[in-house]
Amino acid sequence: MGLQELSRRAFVFGSAAVAGGIAFGSYGDVVQAATAGDNPLAAALGPNSVTFNPWIEISPEKITLIAQHADIGQGVGSVQPIMIAEEMDLDPGQFEIRFAGPSPAYFNTGFADEFAPFVAADQSPAAEEARAATLEYLRKTGLQMTGGSSTIPDTYQKLRVAGAVARETLKAAAAKRAGVAIADLRTQSGHVILPDGKKIPYVELAADSAKIPPVLDAKPRDPSQWRMLGKPMTRLDVRAKVMGDLKFGIDLRMDGMLYASVKLNPNKGQPLKSYDASKAGSMPGVKKILAINNGVAVIATNSWYAMKAVDAIKCEWAPSAYPAEQADHWKVLESSFKPEFLGKEWRKIGDIEAGLKTGTRVEAEYRAPYLAHQPLEPLNGIGLVTDKGMEIWVGHQSPQFVQSIAATAIGLKPEQVTFHNQWTGGSFGHRLEYENVRVLAEIANQMRGTPIKLVFSREEDFLQDIPRQIAIARHKGSVDKGKIVAADLQLASTTPLKGLLERSGIPSKDPDGQLAAGLWNVYYDIPNFRGTSYEAQGLSPSTTWRSVGASTAGFFTESFIDELIHAAGLDPMKARIAMCNVPTYRKVLETVAEMSDWKGPLGNGRGRGVAFVESFGTPVAEVVEVSKTERGIRIDKVWIAADVGKVVDPVNFENQVQGGVIWGLGHAINCELTYAKGAVQQTNYNHHEAMRIYQCPVIEVRGLENDPKVRGVGEPPVPPAAPALANAIFAATGQRIREMPFNKFIDFV
Amino acid sequence: MIELTVNGAKRQVDVVPEMPLLWVLRDELGITSPKYGCGVAQCGACTVQIDGMAVRSCQAHIGEVAGKSVVTLEGLEKRDQHPVLQAWIEHQVPQCGYCQTGQIMQAISLLDLIAQPTDEDINEVMSGNLCRCGTYPRIRAAIHAAAAKKMAEK
Repeated sequence: MGLQELSRRAFVFGSAAVAGGIAFGSYGDVVQAATAGDNPLAAALGPNSVTFNPWIEISPEKITLIAQHADIGQGVGSVQPIMIAEEMDLDPGQFEIRFAGPSPAYFNTGFADEFAPFVAADQSPAAEEARAATLEYLRKTGLQMTGGSSTIPDTYQKLRVAGAVARETLKAAAAKRAGVAIADLRTQSGHVILPDGKKIPYVELAADSAKIPPVLDAKPRDPSQWRMLGKPMTRLDVRAKVMGDLKFGIDLRMDGMLYASVKLNPNKGQPLKSYDASKAGSMPGVKKILAINNGVAVIATNSWYAMKAVDAIKCEWAPSAYPAEQADHWKVLESSFKPEFLGKEWRKIGDIEAGLKTGTRVEAEYRAPYLAHQPLEPLNGIGLVTDKGMEIWVGHQSPQFVQSIAATAIGLKPEQVTFHNQWTGGSFGHRLEYENVRVLAEIANQMRGTPIKLVFSREEDFLQDIPRQIAIARHKGSVDKGKIVAADLQLASTTPLKGLLERSGIPSKDPDGQLAAGLWNVYYDIPNFRGTSYEAQGLSPSTTWRSVGASTAGFFTESFIDELIHAAGLDPMKARIAMCNVPTYRKVLETVAEMSDWKGPLGNGRGRGVAFVESFGTPVAEVVEVSKTERGIRIDKVWIAADVGKVVDPVNFENQVQGGVIWGLGHAINCELTYAKGAVQQTNYNHHEAMRIYQCPVIEVRGLENDPKVRGVGEPPVPPAAPALANAIFAATGQRIREMPFNKFIDFV
Repeated sequence: MIELTVNGAKRQVDVVPEMPLLWVLRDELGITSPKYGCGVAQCGACTVQIDGMAVRSCQAHIGEVAGKSVVTLEGLEKRDQHPVLQAWIEHQVPQCGYCQTGQIMQAISLLDLIAQPTDEDINEVMSGNLCRCGTYPRIRAAIHAAAAKKMAEK
């Protein structure tokens, strides 16, 4: 089975595939399965070296640990090797880190939960069986991708097992060499220690270890024995980043390299019709002007020369396939609540029609705009095409798709593309897309033999940024005798995951599962409930943006629940706690109530709002406190609790959670992308500012460890931020804001 | 040829005088701690010192920098022991880290101007430095810690 099959079977899993009583492997077993001939490290192994599995390589000179997930600022370039080092008894500084190349050995087990057709809180045998089946499909398809807050869920077990296998195999090799029993050996700081106290460095055991079978039944240690994990530790990349020594993709240089910049059709996905480069050709530093499929490129001796010259080229573009003007995007969405655009009725409880007829009816419409990702490091990459194929140096979350996209663009086979992943200056979903990869392949192919460094200008990056989905919700509900009796949640949206799959070369006809996120996973006792998505057709392409579907549906759902709670005359916190029907999730709400000392309305122009959203399996509750000032709303403080099962890297956990809150609040207040004449109107940060330090509140974070599964935290803090803020503004002012960005309706200081 | 001093060393570059200092540092001289983020003084990632003042290197034309002394993060005196960098490491400020070299150069300038900045001072001076990852709470804490370190050193 290939990746083609994956899109149909696993991403949006059909219920038929779940049946059957096959005994599926566990997550830890991935290591054992991958130690055989399919270890991608084996082929390039030097003399007297050993690789126990796809994550560990030891030569006589050094120990290298492989980070299979891309580091996009979330810290996994550090925590992945540390999980291995914990088990191997290695200290920071005793090993090198390398990002993984493309290989099915690095398939992402962490997607199994997200893609199985059960809400996260459902850990029943049927749900677990479906997840095991999904895992099996993922194993067979070999999809290697960073995303969906899946790095820790994917690697927590397998990297510790990988490290334990290495440790025990090294001990076995030392036992054989020294003629002692394995049980009499221990390991410490990169050495096996013999009973007489003699220390053998791991690197000296590499050759011997390669000659014995790996100890596959090695067990990872109990967390009570951890030296580094679970405790405050310094991220391995912090020092180099602070000293300015860390090289991001954009910082690389090669001998003989030339610089490129591009101007691409801002009508996304459409070709170049014609161009006039008469002025650009004679500008300083310009070496060459190239036409590519959807635009023009300038090759120059400096990135700035290339950007200036590309600016001077006049292009005629093919028009957009989506509406040229923003107002028409909204019109399409407004008319998408029809059976012919039905995505899926994701969940139905009780009798929704009867429920809606009971008590007092509440209806509200909510809107969320397109948004840009715009990590601070612009899209870039270095490409070199020779007769042998292409080498590409670029920071990306999907190594295999980088190969296939680049190969397809210039008529190569995917295996002819060698991919070198890079440290990246953020992503937020941007580095799951391919525009820089495809364009770089085209340019490098026309400049064969010369390494080409492509850097998008910030403006070009904005223009080509495939946005977050746009969505409208039309929610109905009813309250009776102080209780919510019905909630009928309906939204119309563009399709982020379907869009990404299509551009990845694996189109899917199934409903976009990300439109269910935040819509169907509602854990309140509401006797009559329905969650339905409609998929708007013919609008701008859209893609995954930090927290994906839940970034819009979470806002809609938790704003509406708040409206229902108020209509029922209840306290927003107490009502949520009372209605929450998952004990561990209720604990998350209770924790944030305790942290914020929630006691009902504050008065005096101050207000608090609460929101609770589970996304990617992680339940998160947030309380936002605001004050009404003469110049507008000030966000004073945020309290946030998240249950991730295990806080593996506590300092980074706090940093990620705070960052998620800031991301969620900043974009909710300040940002939208709008189309005019087919192009987005916001082309630099002054028009799409998100949050700056002056607006940043104090953010108090607590991690809980009650969930039986280990969860990720890169995205889940985002979805509750916007509704908690909107609910706080309502509490402070009586004004309900039902559309992002909020600064269209109220000022912020 | 345009001559300038970068991190204490005399350098000559053969570029047009309109080229921003940022692109001279990055593409001509291979000094990469100043980052390209926006090109229009909206993000602060390219912040360096010219004759001791923090400036956005994307806005300084190289022709105007001729003869002046440029210091990037790489060239800070006693970089390994610098109180601001130490505070940044202790507070583990970076996530992706791309904006941080600019944040640090701006924070150094802030502390040169105001030895004990308040949160309001920090908001005032640091709001031109954008961080997309959301490290602001840690930036604030690190600046306060660096201020305390500097006071203790005196």
